[in-house]
This record gives sequence, structure tokens and C-alpha cells, in this order.
Amino acid sequence: MIPEIGHFALIVALCMALVQGTLPIIGAARGIPRWMALARPVAQGQFVFVVIAYACLTYAFIHSDFSVLYVAEHSNSALPLIYRIAGVWGGHEGSLLLWILMLVIWMLAVTVFSRHLPEEMVARVLGVMGLVAVGFLSFILFTSNPFERLLPAAPDGQDLNPLLQDPGLAIHPPMLYMGYVGFSVAFAFAIAALLGGKLDATWARWSRPWTTVAWMFLTCGIALGSWWSYYVLGWGGWWFWDPVENASFMPWLVGTALIHSLAVTEKRGSFKSWTVLLAIFAFSLSLLGTFLVRSGVLTSVHSFASDPKRGLFILIFLVIVVGSSLLLYAWRAPKVGLGGSFALISRESLLLANNVLFAVAAGSVLLGTLAPLLVDALVAVGVLGQSNKISVGAPYFNTVFVPIMVFAVFLMGVGPVAKWKKASVPELAVRIRWGGAVALIVAAIMPFILGHWSWLVSLGILMAFWIIVTVAQGMMERLRVHGDRPWSERLLSLPKSFLGMQLAHLGVAVFILGVTVIGGYENGKDVRMEVGDTVEVGGYTFRFDGVIDATGPNYEASRGIISVFKNGTPVMELNPEKRVYRVQRQPMTIAAIDGGFLRHLFVALGEPVGNGAWSVRVYYKPLVSWIWLGCVMMALGGLLAISDRRYRTLARKQRESLQEQSGTANVALPSAPVLTRAEVKS
Amino acid sequence: MKRTIALMLLLLSWSLAAGAKEAAPVMGDPVLQERVMKLAGELRCLVCQGESLAESHSDFAADMLRKIRELIEQGKSDQEVKDYLVQRYGDFILYRPPLTSMTALVWFGPLILFVAGAGLLIFNLRRRRTRVTEAPLSEEEQARVKNLLNEGDSKA
Amino acid sequence: MMRYLVPLAVFVVLVGFLWKGLQLNPGEVPSPLIDKPAPAFSLPQLGDQTQKLATADLRGKVWLLNVWASWCESCRAEHPVLLQFAKTGEVPIYGLDYKDSREDASRWLQQFGNPYVASGFDGDGQVGIDYGVYGVPETYIIDGNGVIRHKHIGPITVQVLQDEIVPLVRKLKG
Repeated sequence: MIPEIGHFALIVALCMALVQGTLPIIGAARGIPRWMALARPVAQGQFVFVVIAYACLTYAFIHSDFSVLYVAEHSNSALPLIYRIAGVWGGHEGSLLLWILMLVIWMLAVTVFSRHLPEEMVARVLGVMGLVAVGFLSFILFTSNPFERLLPAAPDGQDLNPLLQDPGLAIHPPMLYMGYVGFSVAFAFAIAALLGGKLDATWARWSRPWTTVAWMFLTCGIALGSWWSYYVLGWGGWWFWDPVENASFMPWLVGTALIHSLAVTEKRGSFKSWTVLLAIFAFSLSLLGTFLVRSGVLTSVHSFASDPKRGLFILIFLVIVVGSSLLLYAWRAPKVGLGGSFALISRESLLLANNVLFAVAAGSVLLGTLAPLLVDALVAVGVLGQSNKISVGAPYFNTVFVPIMVFAVFLMGVGPVAKWKKASVPELAVRIRWGGAVALIVAAIMPFILGHWSWLVSLGILMAFWIIVTVAQGMMERLRVHGDRPWSERLLSLPKSFLGMQLAHLGVAVFILGVTVIGGYENGKDVRMEVGDTVEVGGYTFRFDGVIDATGPNYEASRGIISVFKNGTPVMELNPEKRVYRVQRQPMTIAAIDGGFLRHLFVALGEPVGNGAWSVRVYYKPLVSWIWLGCVMMALGGLLAISDRRYRTLARKQRESLQEQSGTANVALPSAPVLTRAEVKS
Repeated sequence: MKRTIALMLLLLSWSLAAGAKEAAPVMGDPVLQERVMKLAGELRCLVCQGESLAESHSDFAADMLRKIRELIEQGKSDQEVKDYLVQRYGDFILYRPPLTSMTALVWFGPLILFVAGAGLLIFNLRRRRTRVTEAPLSEEEQARVKNLLNEGDSKA
Repeated sequence: MMRYLVPLAVFVVLVGFLWKGLQLNPGEVPSPLIDKPAPAFSLPQLGDQTQKLATADLRGKVWLLNVWASWCESCRAEHPVLLQFAKTGEVPIYGLDYKDSREDASRWLQQFGNPYVASGFDGDGQVGIDYGVYGVPETYIIDGNGVIRHKHIGPITVQVLQDEIVPLVRKLKG
């Protein structure tokens, strides 16, 4: 009964989405207030029904209703409760339901936080989101129905994939989807602006918080995915350039370009058509990612069980959404206008350069991810011979991605100190030379301190310290302004968007340090250990004290006992496991990790090699947690930036006192009108 | 129960302390192991195709590692080991595939994108300068600006 | 003006490739052994260990080598198709029992039927490596001169028999 209610709720939601996707948009075009006014209530209604559907599926999972096919495929009576709740999104159909749940949550947020927006804009934004919902709900109802019945019901379920039976499953997909789906709001704003024909700084100001929040979620989602695969897959690798990882990374790269681009459009009214295009690209890449992961066109450790029929449906949906938005762009963008002018070297042009770099990065990742497919397709139609089959892996991505980021990091130090409209190169050179010098010196010396010298490590440290020093410099300059006030007050009086930017950029530096140090100084040994044997890694001594049998709620395990010593004193005991889950009988290696701020100790069991001895892998991983710490700092920087009072109408007083006090030329007045009128020569 | 086991193990480990030693690399000879793992890093796992044999957990990878070790112990050189596997599995098993015109296109693609992007950027920036001229504000517009700025000051 | 259509144009090209990609299987690795002599082997048979299954004995006829194992799910899926095909007598099917245990394998054949004229027992998978086997099931078509003419990766379906296997077998038999 409950699954049928869920199914019915989805059908109702689809009908509401159809209404939401059509009437408000037509209403906005024709000026029919009643149709425009439908947008909010219908969106909220859709929210209610999708939540009902989601609750029904969760209920079926919690109560182990194996008469529902999806539950029988992904659950088991012995599965712990938390994984029965999180397992709802463990397979293709359920994860799509999660997708649409995220979409309606964003829709609800738009209905609530849009009181200050003109009715036509709200109608169009919700209308576009409604059309996206139509696509996904149709996809679910016609090809991927999670409520399909299995009759007669299975006596027990096939269990959730053991790789997913981990707390990581509980948080990574929801965060990731909040990000992916969140870009649909930025997309909807872009389409709404194109439809309305009005694209200006105000539009950018409205769009910016939504985009930043989505970007924050995506940053956290990707970081969580990396952290999760670190301790579950492989031997503690944190990024594999796997197609599914790339599918989430590409929207992130374009999203980063987008938030920088929106900053310029908001402050200077420039880059309008480019910003709109980026917004379309960001969401298109989210959709493309959905396609790549579920259609079976690419092999991946992560991909869902694929079905070409589903792939075709998503592809058609992709064609409709992206094709029509690019068509709309081609039609309307030329009329949008160029906005304020700026010199070849100015903050605008440097930000534009940043955009180009991130777009090139995203394009390169896309090329690498799709290249095997492109070649296979050309072979299949006879353009190429079969010997041309290629596979593109980490070597390609690393070689291609790092140089691009080196340029972007350089810009990170120069951009924030460049003046709007026109920056003078000699002045810039003076401002950055101190930072450059310090960074170079640190980069030359530090590798020796850390262990051994290598070019890559030195480059990484150079990039990280370049950011750190320029950020510190920027902070000092701003803080020095009111010398008579206490530091804390001075700090708090700085605009949140500035602080957010600095924090996010520092996060990038922390991330680079983590990646560099672990890449250059990770130390590991793969050894055969009999009981009592020791091995020394990273200044710690690891002693193998045997393996005992252990039992979990739905698995049997061999648990290793490793005693860790430093300078002879016992420090801790680590328990890596080799588990066999009872239902799927897949052996899983669960590493034991001692996670410290400055280093991780990582121990994993290999195979028993006779006489009670086992092969064991022991790793010392310095600064690995800084990789995810950096991502968290980036996300917090975003949060800080949108908490800026400019986005709240109450804060005008704050803004006034800022204008009085600061006086430095580079504080961009929020939403100030451009003081010259730019005319475009036709 | 747990404590008893722990105690027993402790006693066991003490008693074995005399025979306990620094653990040997899993393949016995560290030089051999390093050679095998280095080769493994240059070969692809065909089951989890994104990973090298060194990284992959799969049975296939384990089999391949065993085969590589066998071949090295027979005295084969690194190149001979690679040739042996390429003969049976094709070029695809090499993690860094040989440079063909197709792979060259993929590897140089980003560079082309970068140059094109930079070129477009500079071209557009130059063109923008000639296309956008600044017109001074009219009397009316200047008054509007003044009003807007004053508005900000006067609102309490 | 035209430059605003560039994103759309690029997208259309991309979609073309993606659409083609839906019809392909990305995990397939083409075999370098096509049109090359089948690696020679002589393995003890699964049933009677004293008997051998050797490539040398199979000269002069077209035959199928099907790599299978009792622990393999997809082999279970293709098994009925193989049984049916074996009954037609179109071409003899020989099995290569890959990295299996004798008891499990024999029991599996007893339970689900035996389409093979004989199965060679490749316990350690060495012969599999020689043939470039990286997953199960895989099927090779070998001609009368002992040359590999085709490799099919994955389970054999009726469609695969119709489109790939039977036409080639008939052609090779002349």
C-alpha cells in the first residue's frame, strides 16, 4: 500500500511540475499575473508530494519490504538501520529520487527567499526548475520506478553493496546532489534573464548567493567523496580521475568560474553574456554527469548498473534542456550588451583570465574523460582502425591539470590587488614582488627541511606560499587602515565578502600543501609479517600481533592487531580488517587509520601467507588531512562571503559607515551604479 | 574475553620477541619487490580500467603481479615483461599508451584549448576597447546619481 | 553574431558521439590474438584427469573455446544458450575451466548441464593469461589451422550467436 502511495505521489508531482513548467513562463511572457502567481504554490505543492514519495520509499526500506523490487535489490534484514535509511539512495532508482528531492528543496528555498524579486523573474525561475523536474520525474516514472513490485516478494534482500555500508554513504551523496542540483537555480536565473531580455548587475546580485551556496555544497560533496574513497578504496589514494569523479569535478570547475564571473557582473555590469553561458554550462555539466554515470558509456568503479535505454532517455532530456538553452542563448545574448569597459590589464580582465583558465581546465577534463568514448565511436563507424583504442588515466589528467592551475594560482595573488577598470602593471609588480620573493625563498628551502628536494614539491610549495603571502599582505593592508582600533574590531569591520574570498583562497593554499606534501613524502611498505615482526615507517614502529576472528551485524571479519610504537613507547593499537559480508560474499579490505592533523598512519591487511603470517601494507601519510581541510576552508569562505550584509536589506547603515571609514580605492561599492554610461558602437 | 585474548597475545609476542624480526618485504627480496611494483605501476588493470596493477585490489591484478614476478625471476628484462603482456593483452595494458596520432590529439587538446582560450580572450579585450566608448552623463543623469548617493546618507 | 551559435554547434557534435557511445561497450579490450595462432596448451581434463585436452588434437576442425568458472554469475546466465547451441551440433564447444576448484566445477556441470565436448582444467589460470583472458566468460572461435578468428567478451546470447558466431563458423567451415 505504502509503495503505491509513493508511486501515486510521484505522478501527482509530475502533473504539478507540468503546470509549474508552463503556465508561469507563459504568464510572464504575456503578462498574466494569475498564471505567474501559480509558480510559488505549485512549487510548494510539488515539494510536498515528492517528500511523500521519498518518505514512502524510506518506509519500505526501514520495514524491509522485500515485495518492492528496489528494496530487495539493495537491502537486507540484517542491514543496520542507518544503512537502511541511507541505502535508499544506494542504487540508481533511489538516487534519482534523492535528486528530485534535492530539486524540490531548492525550489522551496526559492519560493521562500524570493520576496524581493519581481514576479516575472520568480515565475520564470520556478518555471524553468519545473521543466527540469518534469524531465526527471518522467525519467523516474517511465524507466526507473523505485516502487516497482516484486511478486512474489523475496524472502530476503540482496543486501546493500558492502562498499556503501559506511558513514560516508550517509553524507556524500546528499551533499553532492545539493550541489549538482543547486546549479539548476543559477541555470534557471540565467534562462529567466534571457527570456526576459533584461540582464544586468541586479540580476547578478540576485543570482550570486544561490550559486555560491550550490558551489559550497558541491565543494563539500566532492571533498567527502574523496575522503570516503581514501579509506575504503585502494591503498589510501584520494583522487583517481575516475569518470564519475570527473563528472562531479567539471561542474565544480565551471561553478568556480561562475562565482568569479558573477562578482564582476554584479559590481561592474560586465561579462553578462559570458556569465550566462557559464551558468548554462555548469548545469549542463551536472546533467551530462548524470548521463555519464548511468548510461554505461564509460567504465568506472563507481557507475550504477547501466541500461542503454535509460541512457537514451537522459540523452534526449540533455538535448532538450541544453540544446534549447544554448539556442535561446544564441538568440538573446547578442542583444545583452557589453557593460562597463575595462583595460587590457585590470581586475576585470584578470578575473576573465581566471574564467578562461577554469573553462580550459573543465574542457580538458571533459576531453580526457570522453576521449575513449570518442575513439571507440570513430572505430565503430570505421573512421579509425581498431588498434587505436585508448584509455586516459591519471598521468594525462595530472599532466594537463597542474600547469593550468599554476597560472590560476598566480592570478589569485595578482587579481585581488589589481584595480577595477584599469590597473597599472608597474604598480602591480611593486605590490606583489615582496610576496613573490618570500614564496620563492620558502619554496627553495622547505623541501630540504621536509626530507628531500624535488621540482614538483618545490612548485607546490611555491604556489601555496604565493597565495598565503599575498593573502596576508592583503589582510594587513586593509587592517592597517584604522590603526587606533583594536584588531578584533578592525577584523570584524572588514566586508564579509572580502574575508570570505581570503579564507577560500587560503583554503586553496592549504589544499595545495596537503597534495604536495603527501605526493612528495608519503612513505609506505608492503611486507610479510609473522607474529611479532616489526616494520618501521615514518618514524613509527609497527608490530604485528596476529589476526583474530570477529563478527559484525552482517559480516564476518579477520581483524588484525597492530601495536604502534614511537621511540619504544607504545602509542596505540590499530585494527585493520578483512571482512566478508554474508549476503554478497564480497571480500572487503577495511584499513585502520590513525588520523592526526599532521599525518595519518594507514594500515591495511593483505592476504594470509601461511603459518599465521599476513601480508600487510603500512603507510605514513603526512598532511593528507589538509587536502580535505582546504576544501572545508573553501566552502566556509563561500559561506562567509554570502553572509555579507549586502544581501540583506537591513544592512544599509553598515554600508554607509563602511563608505565613510574605508576610503581605500579598492573597496568596491556594493551595487553602486556605473558612473559612466557605456555606449556600444554598432 | 577480549582481555584474555589480548593478554595471551601479549605473552605470545613477548615469548616470540627473541624470534621476532624486522618484517621482510612481501615478495621476499626488496629489490625484486620494487621492480615488480614499478612495472605494475606502468601497467593497467583491465578489470578496473582506471587503475594500475599496483593500485588495484582485483584478482586480475593479483594474478598479473604473480606473473610479472615469475617472469622477472626467470631473468626477463622490464621491456621483455611488457612485451610478453602486450603480446597477449594488446597495447591497452600499458598504462601510458604509446604515442599514436590519436593519443597525441588527446594530450595536446588541452594545450590547443588553452591557446585558443587565451587568444579569444585577448582578441575580445582588444575589440571591447574599440567598441565601448564612455559618454559623459547628462545633467539629468548627474542629478540622479547625486540623489541616489544622498539617499544612502540620509536613511537612518 | 555567428559566434553565439558555437556552443550549440559543439554540443550537437558531442551528442552525436554520446549517442553512438550508447551502442558500444566501453569495457571491451580488443584482443591482439585475432588472426594469430591459438596459443598451444595441453591441460588435464576436468572429468577424467588422465585424459588431456590439447590444441594439437583439435587441428582440422573449427571449434569454440569457452572460458568459464563455477564462481562466475554471467557464465550461469549464458549456460542455457550454450546448452541449446551444443545440441544443434553446429560446432563443437570446448571449455576452459578457469581458476576453479575441480569439485565445484564438476558439481556445477552436473547441476546445470554440460555443453562441452571436454573441459580443460586451468586451475592457476596460466593458459588464460596466454589467451589474454581478463574476465569470465569469454569465447574464442578457432579455425581448422589453429588460428584464432574471433573473441567474444561477456556472456553469449541468442543475438550474439545469430549475429557473430554462427555466420563466422559457417564461413570458416567453407
